[in-house]
Amino acid sequence: MDELIMVKINGMDVHFPKGKTILEVCKDAGIYIPTLCYDERLKPHGGCRLCLVEIKGKPVPLTSCTTPGEAGMEISTESPKLTRLRKTILELLLSNHPNDCMVCEASGDCSLREMAYLYGASLDRFQGEKWNLPIREDNPFITFEPNKCIACGRCTRICNEVVMAGTIDLVNRGFNAIPETAFAKPRSLKNCEFCGQCVSTCPTGALTDKKGRGKGRAGDIKKVKTTCTYCGTGCNFFLNVRNDRVVRVTSDFEAPVNKGNLCIKGRYGYDFIHSDERIKTPLIREGEGFREASWDEALSLVAGRFNAIIKEHGPDKVGGFSSSRCSNEENYLLAKWVRCAVGSNNVDNCARVCHAPTVAGLAQSFGAGAATNSLEQMSDIDTIFIIGSNTTEAHPIVSLYLKKAISKGAKVVVADPRKIWLAQRADVWLNMKPGSNIALINGIIHVILKNGWESKEFIKTRTEGFAELKAKVEEYDLDRVEKLTGVSRDKIIEAARLYSQAEKSMIVYGLGITEHLTGTENSMATANLALVCGQVGRPSTGIMALRGQNNVQGASDLGPLPATLPGYQSVTDPKCREKFGKAWGVTIKDKPGLKSVEMLDECAKGNFKALYILGEDPAHTDPDLHHIRKALDKIDFLVVQDIFPTETTKYAHVILPGASFAEKDGTFTNGERRVQRIRKAVGPVAGLADWEVLCKVSTLMGYPMPYTHPSQIMDEIATLVPAYGGISYKRIEKKGIQWPCPTKDHPGTTTLYTETFARPSGLALFMVLDHVGSGEVPDETYPLVLITGRVREHYNNGSQTRHAVGIIDLVPEELVEISPEDAQSLGIKNLDWVKVLSRRGEIKVRAKVTKRSQTGNVFMSFHHQSTLTNVLTSGHRCRISGTPEYKSCAVRIEQLSQE
Amino acid sequence: MSDRSKLIVTGKPFRFDQERDAEFERLVKRYPTRESMILPALWLTQEQEGWISAEAIAYIADRIGTFASQVFECATFYTMYNLHPMGRNHICICRTLSCWLRGKQEIVDYLKNELGLKPGEIGADGKFSLEEVECLGHCGTAPVVQVNGEFHESMDVDKLKSLLATLK
Ligand code: SF4
Ligand code: SF4
Ligand code: SF4
Ligand code: FES
Ligand code: FES
Repeated sequence: MDELIMVKINGMDVHFPKGKTILEVCKDAGIYIPTLCYDERLKPHGGCRLCLVEIKGKPVPLTSCTTPGEAGMEISTESPKLTRLRKTILELLLSNHPNDCMVCEASGDCSLREMAYLYGASLDRFQGEKWNLPIREDNPFITFEPNKCIACGRCTRICNEVVMAGTIDLVNRGFNAIPETAFAKPRSLKNCEFCGQCVSTCPTGALTDKKGRGKGRAGDIKKVKTTCTYCGTGCNFFLNVRNDRVVRVTSDFEAPVNKGNLCIKGRYGYDFIHSDERIKTPLIREGEGFREASWDEALSLVAGRFNAIIKEHGPDKVGGFSSSRCSNEENYLLAKWVRCAVGSNNVDNCARVCHAPTVAGLAQSFGAGAATNSLEQMSDIDTIFIIGSNTTEAHPIVSLYLKKAISKGAKVVVADPRKIWLAQRADVWLNMKPGSNIALINGIIHVILKNGWESKEFIKTRTEGFAELKAKVEEYDLDRVEKLTGVSRDKIIEAARLYSQAEKSMIVYGLGITEHLTGTENSMATANLALVCGQVGRPSTGIMALRGQNNVQGASDLGPLPATLPGYQSVTDPKCREKFGKAWGVTIKDKPGLKSVEMLDECAKGNFKALYILGEDPAHTDPDLHHIRKALDKIDFLVVQDIFPTETTKYAHVILPGASFAEKDGTFTNGERRVQRIRKAVGPVAGLADWEVLCKVSTLMGYPMPYTHPSQIMDEIATLVPAYGGISYKRIEKKGIQWPCPTKDHPGTTTLYTETFARPSGLALFMVLDHVGSGEVPDETYPLVLITGRVREHYNNGSQTRHAVGIIDLVPEELVEISPEDAQSLGIKNLDWVKVLSRRGEIKVRAKVTKRSQTGNVFMSFHHQSTLTNVLTSGHRCRISGTPEYKSCAVRIEQLSQE
Repeated sequence: MSDRSKLIVTGKPFRFDQERDAEFERLVKRYPTRESMILPALWLTQEQEGWISAEAIAYIADRIGTFASQVFECATFYTMYNLHPMGRNHICICRTLSCWLRGKQEIVDYLKNELGLKPGEIGADGKFSLEEVECLGHCGTAPVVQVNGEFHESMDVDKLKSLLATLK
């Protein structure tokens, strides 16, 4: 514990740890000091001079935001002199300000107005030149009223210090100084990320959210705190609601993960909630089309058909897919429904197609399949090892922590086939071939052991199986590794040195690790590396597997999995079966059910009869789409619950409307195991939330689920899942808790494995792994490797972001990224139409020629319904967990004649 | 000082000539970070072309590996950087506090009349250009006039007349 020092503030004794500024000390102590240029997210600036305080013995007042508190100081935060000074500063600002609060968008949420009121500033004490500049609305999201700008520099500083986007800077000087983009061009994706951090920090009405203008100001709206529905970072924000509509999203500066920062999707991706295209009533198939139906009719049909099919074919021909898009409570209910109302173990969730290898792999190495540390610790890393994660695009807010670490001097190693943003700034970019993760990591461990850079103490006391690992990596000398990975040896050696020799190194990985034939083994390889160097079990070390979807962690935790009950409690373990059987009043089958991909295989063969798909779109997002479609076509009874019509709903017999995250209460568990609330801000479009629908279906089928609020479901979870034992809605009301949280007084766990690992022996296990490569490698007919992934602006099948005003205009279509060399040899120019062909299908798309792609690799996302990238991807799957190999398949590109 | 954010686009690519190229590479070694080269690179450009175009700013940002917005910021902040072609004699008058109090307006008015130019303008014959700038750091000898980078202190109209006479 740091030593406390004491100061006197306004005659009161205040104690605090050394290193804080006077402003921070006052804030902590609840003493108000006016500020205009200060934002907790930024370095102190000392520009606006409003935060002046008097300190006994100092000749002039000092800015509290830049002055460190020192022992014995006697500080006054209010005095007649300070009031006079502050009032004058405000009056100078108001002398060149429109003062049109009556019609200003920021009215009610403007620091300048608040302080002018507080200090009784006069509007016309100083007469002088006034700006008369036009309002700028030349982009989809941000309105800039330059006349309201007080040149505090918060927007430009947040854009450069925090986002590192370099979009805006203060141009000109003195009276004319103003935030502006380079060359005064309109903001576009070429120069701006549209994260809106600048808007969130602006203390006046100069920067406002364009989409929400005129739709209700601070005083007219209800603010509902919730958790983002997009990626697994778990950002919190406020939905601003007026007349049962979400009109805007605003920052929650107290949010534990994002501190008020958001990305384009979180801040501007909300329009889908009120989209006209939402599914608004249950729909029942009739001939080729669908007809609208009442809930009563649809639900009795669903319950009746399920019961009939179970009776005829047995429960093992029936199953359900759950979704990481849905809440913990809903995932738990679906897991329970399949086990109780259906009576099988055929339940899975969409983590199968992304992070199942993490769950399986890290569980074998460490004992639990989850990220080991918390996101906040990232800013203190010494060496960051990023592998298979395009963090700045896929997890923009996580990347802010990495950027902070970089600006504090952290070394950066990036292993990625693409020259992504982080690779451009890396100390070492390991430009590996797709599918060579294991070879690369074995090579790095080889170098570490050769040089004696390993942590002998850690290996001895905390691990087992080292001898076997050592023997295996012995085989991976650099001659061989260079050949397998395409990375030159000096880079591998430097990466090994940077990772092993730093005090605190962290591995950050994404789907580039998991979506491979060897996905599970890849994740184990990262664990091997961390263990060899003892880089786990301490803050700012460990392995952070970045979760793609808002609730991948929770969906896995809460049991929609064929082999485990909620809390990873195995169906093959009689004790677990007994515990759940007793609680649920049924007998749990002792044989694991089918994985989602296996259920679909069985469907295709005509062996599987009925399926309930909750919030998933396999007919768009699963690989090898032709196969999937055949499977869905064959099934006797398919129920799909979703918020939008998707490729999959086309195959349904009954479509049930889903409720978006804004329409229900519940919890999501983010990628760092933090259980956080979502809250109902507006009513469900179709009247019922997904959890209510599940309860009704189950009850109609004869297994009653009488819950009246999701909090009751969480209370039940707490009694059955030890890691969630201490979680309740009451406890996470203000701030989410990171599991394991076994008891009601446990604070939650930020760093896993500080003392022991979660395996029975308490030791971590080295896994012996060999290079296998991708399931499909390029050849003469299909000479290029197709890598799939995300772009920042869109999300997964795009059904939400494509309905967001602005986003779809910015990124209206899919593009295939191709290197200048490949483009040249194929005669392709930027934005030419091309055909991409694989063994499974072909699609038409435009090309983007970019150095981001290395020769031999091309890249596409699968966000667009108009370009179904997954027609191309292969049917290869992770050999252990069945996750498809999205990250690599062989394709050919042909130029299409100019149209 | 006028709004300097409207740069001139020449439509022609810019790059350093051989001599400036070599100088850039020599200077870049002096600093811990490449960003430190923004100001020297702007000087080199001005030395080469006499003024700084939009293309030159984009080139410098690229060459250094930094954001164009940062080069733009510096170029628009310092009035010593010329963002359009200048007269053969470029006259700057300080308009900040000390110079203001010590009569800069008389000087500006005189020059306006004499040369037929408003601050920010360049004469048709290219002989003179005029600019009002912020504090030049010679407040002790205000008012201050700067001609082609050279300081002339404690100015008044008489001194100005003789100064103008020496300019070609
Ligand atoms: S939206 Fe984000 S990237 Fe764009 S100017 Fe604002 S802070 Fe910078
Ligand atoms: S736009 Fe807002 S944040 Fe940016 S400088 Fe002006 S007042 Fe400050
Ligand atoms: S980073 Fe992820 S959680 Fe945060 S706002 Fe963006 S999509 Fe939402
Ligand atoms: S808040 Fe301290 S100077 Fe602006
Ligand atoms: S005020 Fe003119 S030089 Fe400083």
